[in-house]
Amino acid sequence: MAFTPSKETYTGKVNSVTIGIDESTVTFGGEHVLPFHTFEGVVPHRPVIAYEIQDVPPDDWPENVQKPFETVSHDPVTWAKFCQDVLKAKIIALRLKGTHPDSKNRLPEDAAKTVKEVLSAINVPVIILGSNHTEKDASVLVAAAEAAKNKNCIIGKAQEANYKTIAAAAMANNHKLIAMSELDVNLCKQLNILITQLGFDREKLIIDPMCSALGYGLEYTYSVMERIRFAALMQNDLSMQAPMVGDIGLYVWKVKETQASETDIPQWGSIEERGITWEAVTAIALLFAGAELLIMRHPRAVDAVEKVIDEFVEG
Amino acid sequence: MALTGVEIFKLLPKTNCKKCGYPTCLAFAMKLAQGQVTIDSCPDIPEDIKQKLAETSAPPVKPIVFGVGDRAVKLGEETVLFRHEKKFVNPCVFALEIKDTLAESDIQRRIEEVLNSEIERVGQKLRIDGIALTNDSHDGGRFDAAAKIIAAKAPYVPVIFCTDNPVNAETAVKLFPDKRPIIYGANSENYESMANTAKTCKAILGVAVSSDFGRSSGGLDELATLTEKIKALGVTDIVIDSGAKKAKDILRDNTFIRRAAVKKNFKPLGYPVITFAQREDSLIEALITALGVAKYSSIIVLSSIEKWKNLALFTLRQNLYTDPQVPMQVKQNIYKIGEPTSDSPLFITTNFSLTYFIVSGEIENSKVPSYIAVMDCEGLSVLTAWAAGKFTAAKIAHFIKESGIENEVKHREIIIPGYVAILSGAIEEKLEGWKVTVGPREANGIPAFLRSRAA
Ligand code: SF4
Repeated sequence: MAFTPSKETYTGKVNSVTIGIDESTVTFGGEHVLPFHTFEGVVPHRPVIAYEIQDVPPDDWPENVQKPFETVSHDPVTWAKFCQDVLKAKIIALRLKGTHPDSKNRLPEDAAKTVKEVLSAINVPVIILGSNHTEKDASVLVAAAEAAKNKNCIIGKAQEANYKTIAAAAMANNHKLIAMSELDVNLCKQLNILITQLGFDREKLIIDPMCSALGYGLEYTYSVMERIRFAALMQNDLSMQAPMVGDIGLYVWKVKETQASETDIPQWGSIEERGITWEAVTAIALLFAGAELLIMRHPRAVDAVEKVIDEFVEG
Repeated sequence: MALTGVEIFKLLPKTNCKKCGYPTCLAFAMKLAQGQVTIDSCPDIPEDIKQKLAETSAPPVKPIVFGVGDRAVKLGEETVLFRHEKKFVNPCVFALEIKDTLAESDIQRRIEEVLNSEIERVGQKLRIDGIALTNDSHDGGRFDAAAKIIAAKAPYVPVIFCTDNPVNAETAVKLFPDKRPIIYGANSENYESMANTAKTCKAILGVAVSSDFGRSSGGLDELATLTEKIKALGVTDIVIDSGAKKAKDILRDNTFIRRAAVKKNFKPLGYPVITFAQREDSLIEALITALGVAKYSSIIVLSSIEKWKNLALFTLRQNLYTDPQVPMQVKQNIYKIGEPTSDSPLFITTNFSLTYFIVSGEIENSKVPSYIAVMDCEGLSVLTAWAAGKFTAAKIAHFIKESGIENEVKHREIIIPGYVAILSGAIEEKLEGWKVTVGPREANGIPAFLRSRAA
């Protein structure tokens, strides 16, 4: 019996988003098909991975993911340069972790200063992330967005409780914006609509449907992402066509599997390999579900995921 | 695609003779469409129609049992392309490759690795399911010798014999009588004798077409032709391999195969897929395996099974094969985080697994040993359970009294999720002698909450 493969017809597409300025811009998204389905349509850009750095030393990161940065992570500028020059990072994600009231409670103006310093030290595009404290983020990210004015960064994350101020700041200073909702397709759609109703260009949005680590709800993020992609591609739902981000490192490097020593749990094997694999597997699974932008920590996990992306996009 | 009740009805004798136990042919047709009865219950359906019905009502990916006894694994039976549509049915099988060129001690060691691979995770026992013995030597004697070691050491582990030599296959498979192994290696040249061996040994037959990196999907046409020829020889327990090795090709071929089966009910490709994921770099191999888990492979052959890698792959498989309609649940119990003493804090939450994982993770991060009372709320999260009347003061009080926690802790203080602060008065009323403390709304507030208590 002769076999003709059935190709899917898609009615919508994912927006492509370009960040950064001058010669060092990066573009992601733009595909007309499900993830890596190059056999039935156009995938103009490969997914990109951003290296995560912080405004304060990563004391709360497990030892094995602190290690690759131990000589540089005392200072965000040195750290950013190391990622750009040595690790060949395509994007740097600067998390203003130190502004959280439970961390150093750094002031918005201190955060703005860090943003300026990092931006002037590197060329690659930057994602500026708050500390995920909705009230504090509202003031910190406004200051950060101003400090980065016209540098075409991504500002994140705007949530239901604080989107108005953050979206306004991103808009006024020419940035892209991450809109985060909590693992729910409808909440995601609603937030995107609310933000565009403020006058924010929907083609400058990036969706964060909320990440989960392997073993800790990954299947929820996975299916929510798949459903968002369905809405974008099959139903041509304009409010769901923003590319998606997976904030991988933050979620992966706090679960037990990336922290428990082999002495404590011998049947889990090498803690170092386990942590790296946990981050890489979580990342690749979310790429299959539809993420176009990943924020990651361990260089070996990043390299492995890049190699597999190569296999999808080359020849 | 499966027929509807009315479509089936049109094919039935329409005599309403009741021999099937139903009052009318239509009633029987409806039951058949729902899969609640088998066609055999009606003695009067002509043979050709029976076959047609059997084919259309069968699951689009053929169900096959690989191996026997406790370690037998089910393959296929899948009905969808995306897990949010419906549950993925049979979790894909992981098999470790053992080359017959290895020294006997190495073969022994690898078999042991498989036998010792079991890990328990959220109440499920997970392991490397099988062994794939490969005939790298192309030598019948070596293949047979290696098969003998497996037969002696791991007689109940499902085995795949990978060889394209029908004679070598037959000798090895005969060591596993009635154990339902897989012979992997039927191709367009040897398929007749391979099918014969599979038939006489009651083995499952692996059918493969060769592939070059980056070729187009022409191979699937060849594969479909081959399975039809083999089916005509009387072998229908088949697993298929398009030959794809590169990530891009695996995704394309597996997607086309699953689509053909599910959307077109195209039988020649309606078989479980076997994927060879071996790579030099073990981490890359893990990621290629992850592709197989997510995208439609039923069997994945690995070249190494380090513990850290197994844990990640088992967990991914478990995650993606859960039923998206049924929330994952944790058993109702008092769980200890760290080594709590009789003075340690006591939290209460619902048994939605995600809630439990997040709460226990945050407590762990705070490094303050604690108890978590996890209450059965049918797997609902805190707010939903409260709204549904399953996380109420009376039920919480009852659970705490029954749980035996009063013998474990000296204090009488319970920390409730911030979202249900409203319950605190009612709980104190119903749970005599206890004080209720309202905890943070979100789990990520727990470390700070515990720190401020300690201060
Ligand atoms: S046994 Fe067959 S013919 Fe008789 S009522 Fe049932 S379905 Fe109809």
